[in-house]
Amino acid sequence: MEYFFIFVAIVLTQNFVLHYFLGICPFLGVSDEMEGAFGMGIATTFVMTLTAIITWNINTFILEAFNVEFLEYVTFILVIASLVQLVEMFLRKYLPELYETLGIYLPLITTNCAVLGLALFMVLREYNFLESAIFGFGAGIGFTLALVIMAGIRGELSEEDIPKPFRGTAITLLVAGLLALAFMGFSGLVPS
Amino acid sequence: MQDFVRGLWKENPVFVQVLGMCPTLAVTTSLINGISMGLATTFVLVASGLVISSVRKLLPDQVRIASFMIIISSFVTVVKLLFEAHIPEISSQLGPYLPLIVTNCIILGRQEAFASKQPVGRSLLDALGMGIGFALALVVLGGVRELLYQGTIGGFQVFGTWYKSMVIMVMPAGAFISLSLLVALFQRISGRK
Repeated sequence: MEYFFIFVAIVLTQNFVLHYFLGICPFLGVSDEMEGAFGMGIATTFVMTLTAIITWNINTFILEAFNVEFLEYVTFILVIASLVQLVEMFLRKYLPELYETLGIYLPLITTNCAVLGLALFMVLREYNFLESAIFGFGAGIGFTLALVIMAGIRGELSEEDIPKPFRGTAITLLVAGLLALAFMGFSGLVPS
Repeated sequence: MQDFVRGLWKENPVFVQVLGMCPTLAVTTSLINGISMGLATTFVLVASGLVISSVRKLLPDQVRIASFMIIISSFVTVVKLLFEAHIPEISSQLGPYLPLIVTNCIILGRQEAFASKQPVGRSLLDALGMGIGFALALVVLGGVRELLYQGTIGGFQVFGTWYKSMVIMVMPAGAFISLSLLVALFQRISGRK
């Protein structure tokens, strides 16, 4: 049950994008069309799950074991960057079709703060291995959810007559604010 | 001089380029948090800009980004340790957002677009301008949110005791909405399309 709550919390009540403001850059930038948003979401979920699994092991068996926790940030960012690179190479070689769809989004994931944020939160909350894996996967799903909803709303917005100063960034942020309000309705789903 | 001024207004990283949104939204619940985050980011921006622009000719192109990341995250580690040692309360309030300076797009963006191609002096000015522009945006947003939340600025009472606190301002929704209004205001003033 505890594992289930971790999952629900990170997808709905403490959504990475709408609660922790992680991964805002792709959220505001890429989400213009549904398909692109979904592709980006899936690619990120994939990398996030792998990141959670790998960084947990590195943190527990190397950083904590040898008392070099101050190397945390340098190590994590290197792991993420090389992971993204590996995933990209793997996809290009073995699943070229998937690579065509996801390819352009992959390099962007390195600088997506949601991925590093995930690793940091994981360490901060002292999750065990399974909890970390679920946390990583759930964070990715929550990110995808927010991205897809946003893409849908922006699709509708493009035909509206928006006041000039609000065009572009401002209206997107306003929509995000309303979405965050709506997601607050989920609080209480998870006992704290 | 142009390199310095550009970041303050015309290419302000927050209001115009819309970069570095995570820390901008997350930590600006009060003025003091905004200032701390702004200064920490400026320090990392300037320090890594100096290092990268001085070693720019030695870095092979293929591992450029990875090298930037290592340099940036080393400086972030320095900042984090300094914060923990000297201002532990602020450090714990900023939580994971302090180390998240590593993935602040402003920093990597400036290294890639400017410091890795320009001499040290110009990179320094550019980094300072961008950093201060970022800090200013954080201060404004932090000030507005703190004022609307509990009627204070930087801890000083501005509104009288009649002021009822607006809880939404410290919540995520309040952050998005106030930044949205500020961006709109900025666009209106600078008269961009």
